[in-house]
Amino acid sequence: MGILKVRNLNKNFGGLKALNEINLDVEEGTVHAIIGPNGAGKSTLLNTFVGRLVPDTGEVNFDDQPLLNRQPYEINQMGVCRVFQTPEIFGELSLLDNVMIPTFAKRDGSFVLNGWGRMDRETDVNDQAEHVLEDVGLADQRNELANSLSRGDKRRLELAMCLVQAPRLLLLDEPTAGMSRADTNNTIDLLKRIGERGITKIVIEHDMHVVFSLAEKISVMAQGAVIVEGAPDEIKGDPKVQEAYLGGAHL
Amino acid sequence: MDVIILQVLNGLDKGSAYALIALGLTLIFGTLGVVNFAHGALFMLGAFCAVTLNRFLTLSHQVVDPSRTDFLGNPLKVEVRYIEEWLGPEIGGAIIDWSVPLSILLAIPVMALIGLAMERGLIKHFYKRPHADQILVTFGLAIVLQQIVKYFYGANPIATPAPEAFTGSFDFGVLLGFEPFSIIYPYWRLVYFCFAIVIIAAVFAFLRFTTFGMVVRAGMADRETVGLLGINIGRRFTVMFAIAAIVAGLAGVMYTPIVAPNYNMGMNFLVLSFVVVVVGGMGSLPGAVAAGFLLGILESFASMSAVIDLVPGINQVIIYLVAIIVLLVRPRGLMGRKGVMED
Amino acid sequence: MLGLSRKDTTLLLIVLALVVLAPFLLNPFPEDSELARFNAGYPDLMQRFVIFGIFAMGFNILFGLTGYLSFGHAAFLGVGSYAGVWMMKLLTVNVVPAIIASVAVAGVFSLLIGYICLRRSGIYFSILTLAFAQMSFALAYSVLTPITAGETGLQLSLNDPRILGSSAVDGTIPATNFFGIAMRDGFEWAVGGWKFTFNFGYYLCAVIMLIAFYISIRIFRSPFGAMLRAVKSNQQRMNYTGINPKPYTLAAFVISGMYAGLAGGLMVAVDPLAGADRMFWTASGEVVLMTILGGAGTLVGPLLGAGVIKYFENIFSRLNEADLNQMFSGLPDGLQSAMVTVAQMFVGDGWLLTLGVMFMAVVIFLPGGIVEGGQRVAGWFRRKSGTEKSGKAAPAASAAE
Repeated sequence: MGILKVRNLNKNFGGLKALNEINLDVEEGTVHAIIGPNGAGKSTLLNTFVGRLVPDTGEVNFDDQPLLNRQPYEINQMGVCRVFQTPEIFGELSLLDNVMIPTFAKRDGSFVLNGWGRMDRETDVNDQAEHVLEDVGLADQRNELANSLSRGDKRRLELAMCLVQAPRLLLLDEPTAGMSRADTNNTIDLLKRIGERGITKIVIEHDMHVVFSLAEKISVMAQGAVIVEGAPDEIKGDPKVQEAYLGGAHL
Repeated sequence: MDVIILQVLNGLDKGSAYALIALGLTLIFGTLGVVNFAHGALFMLGAFCAVTLNRFLTLSHQVVDPSRTDFLGNPLKVEVRYIEEWLGPEIGGAIIDWSVPLSILLAIPVMALIGLAMERGLIKHFYKRPHADQILVTFGLAIVLQQIVKYFYGANPIATPAPEAFTGSFDFGVLLGFEPFSIIYPYWRLVYFCFAIVIIAAVFAFLRFTTFGMVVRAGMADRETVGLLGINIGRRFTVMFAIAAIVAGLAGVMYTPIVAPNYNMGMNFLVLSFVVVVVGGMGSLPGAVAAGFLLGILESFASMSAVIDLVPGINQVIIYLVAIIVLLVRPRGLMGRKGVMED
Repeated sequence: MLGLSRKDTTLLLIVLALVVLAPFLLNPFPEDSELARFNAGYPDLMQRFVIFGIFAMGFNILFGLTGYLSFGHAAFLGVGSYAGVWMMKLLTVNVVPAIIASVAVAGVFSLLIGYICLRRSGIYFSILTLAFAQMSFALAYSVLTPITAGETGLQLSLNDPRILGSSAVDGTIPATNFFGIAMRDGFEWAVGGWKFTFNFGYYLCAVIMLIAFYISIRIFRSPFGAMLRAVKSNQQRMNYTGINPKPYTLAAFVISGMYAGLAGGLMVAVDPLAGADRMFWTASGEVVLMTILGGAGTLVGPLLGAGVIKYFENIFSRLNEADLNQMFSGLPDGLQSAMVTVAQMFVGDGWLLTLGVMFMAVVIFLPGGIVEGGQRVAGWFRRKSGTEKSGKAAPAASAAE
């Protein structure tokens, strides 16, 4: 079953074709990687999924519901969550609060004026948040401010903020960029573990080590278009991919 | 028709002041990214440059005039102004008469110094702070400047007359073929409008045709890139701040014959000038100028008795009303670039 | 207690104690002593402390938590005042309906204005609020004169209907009261050289302030409060987390508008006169300053800020040249006159200069306000005593901070 269907998506920035007739099918429960050189339109594509960018033409359907022309918060409520390239977290809040807020969002829907409760007495939300923080290995720092974390840890925190919502589709924009090899491997392990929960994932990644350890299907983008699509083994040997990467040094 | 022309003319002088202040505000905002709530105080300081010069020129001492006597038959003591004593009553009198335009010469260096001191001493440290902090610290500075002026000059407005040659009014009606006295317009307001146009043209020409101006404009568009080119953009921005201060100051100098200055005149203009900047588009110089004149003229139309009868109170709120509508319908203002502080 | 954590309960109790004992604490100097001019324990000033405390507390819920800087909050206070006086003109001089009406009217008014202004953020929001407040001010002076009485200000008169009370008592306008206890009533207590005044109006305001403070603590600790902090921290993330920040911010705006209305209602409860100058933008600036000075985003900060500013306003604006000469009389002659000349700029009418300097100093040197200053000093002392006890404890303590 395709959970995400993209049909004939186009987006022009001035004269630049950022997205050119994109078609994409993501199967439920799989890890789908999107790779391609810088400027290929990968992040632009993700932006259209979460309501940050409206494409010129085309359709994006999630679970047979159209995603376009919806507010970002509505899209999230449908079960799509995104981890950004530069971590978007609540820097001035504690880690625990950072994770509790998405939990409330998931539990309460759009708007609940709970001005009389107490953060530390919302036990169910608290437990869920603590649990997820343990999953990503940040439980010990739960009372520290999110801004004090290292970049890698911020990324992990953002992942936790998504995981606690138990999304159906998780969008990861270069989850390991700028991480050490050890951190990268930790993140791969983490993503594999949450893979067991049946969350569909779309991963944008430059690091081929990550891509080939995780992905079940790979789409290669270049200059705004999907040029090749297939299983990791098929992609590895494809000459078009090597050409797109200028000699394929990465492979 | 003549009524319409009259209202347009009436709006021009206030519009000129709005345009000049808004020009400086948006220059500072566009180049330095600072929201300067003390800009109205700079306008006020300019006006007080004129007051100060006038005071100096009219300094006098008492001399006994042996040729005249008072009603008791004693020799009459008369006040003699030093400047008339030194340069003779003709030249001295003329200098005093022309004290307001002469104040421009005083105001340029004084305002430049104040601008430099403000930027180097205070504003510089706030580039990286949030806008709220910038608003607050410049707001505090405005209060301080106002109170200092109030301490030295008192709270009452101080009249500073225009040169005698400009005291009359000009009959536009005759010129345009209407009834005599249907459109009369004080000469000085005409002078003020022309002065404003000259200043605005000078600022635009400076930004357009000098290398300095080009760098500044490039910096307004993309500060980081210009910085990367190895150009010391910081120093140029300091100069821009001084120029904005001079523009505001000169606007104040020449405004003194229209409205007698007092210490809080700047604040009234500031609030309105911010509205003007927002309507024109944050960071857009032509927008600020256009919106300044536009709102000045609108305000003058709204003060017509026919309009007030129709919509009571409209003259008090018209500018705010326009600002609210513009902000809601077209948040980047009339000519603002997309994306400037639009979030 | 009351659903608060132990720390918050302590805080509430400290504020309670300070407020109840204020007539003593603010009058530390004997009546006829030199220093009596620094006493602040008289009803009018104490009322202002708590009323402006409420105003700043409400403003802090908006600015401190969400980061939206409103420059027009005085409009809500002004509207609340007018509503309050009208209740006392039409219904009764009992202050309860007046206070309820001022909160309600300010709430509706802020909902309306907040809905429009919150469509923009940052400096645009500030200017929109400023524009609305200035508009209200201008209208109150001109077109709305039948409702606001324009420049003279809205006040009670003998011809008011007061359908639930009486228009006149013994030929005079009845005094504002709380179920029969007049606001201006109170008693004095003289002990030795000291004289303490206990005023009913003050205690009513104080009780309401404590309730408002309690509500503000609850909001700060609630999930709603966390949402507001999240608005300030990162609206983008909120959106991508499935939360529309608008209703939360609007709710904060309305709550803070109601606090402002409450403050306006209490002002007319103790002194039934409402003027448009309360809505002028300088009044909005003052509440911003109170909040910043005390510490935006902290619980007690706004209270402290309001107290400090109202105290200094009162003391500084009353000092005159003679007082200054007396204060500096110990100095040599030349120095004395120099000091007096300089100090004179800052007192009396020049009090606003002091205010401006304070404003700048706080923003430049102490962005976290008095509360942060206090924490710094406390931390400094803790570290110092730590080093004296054992050299090793100090680095650990500083690392934890």
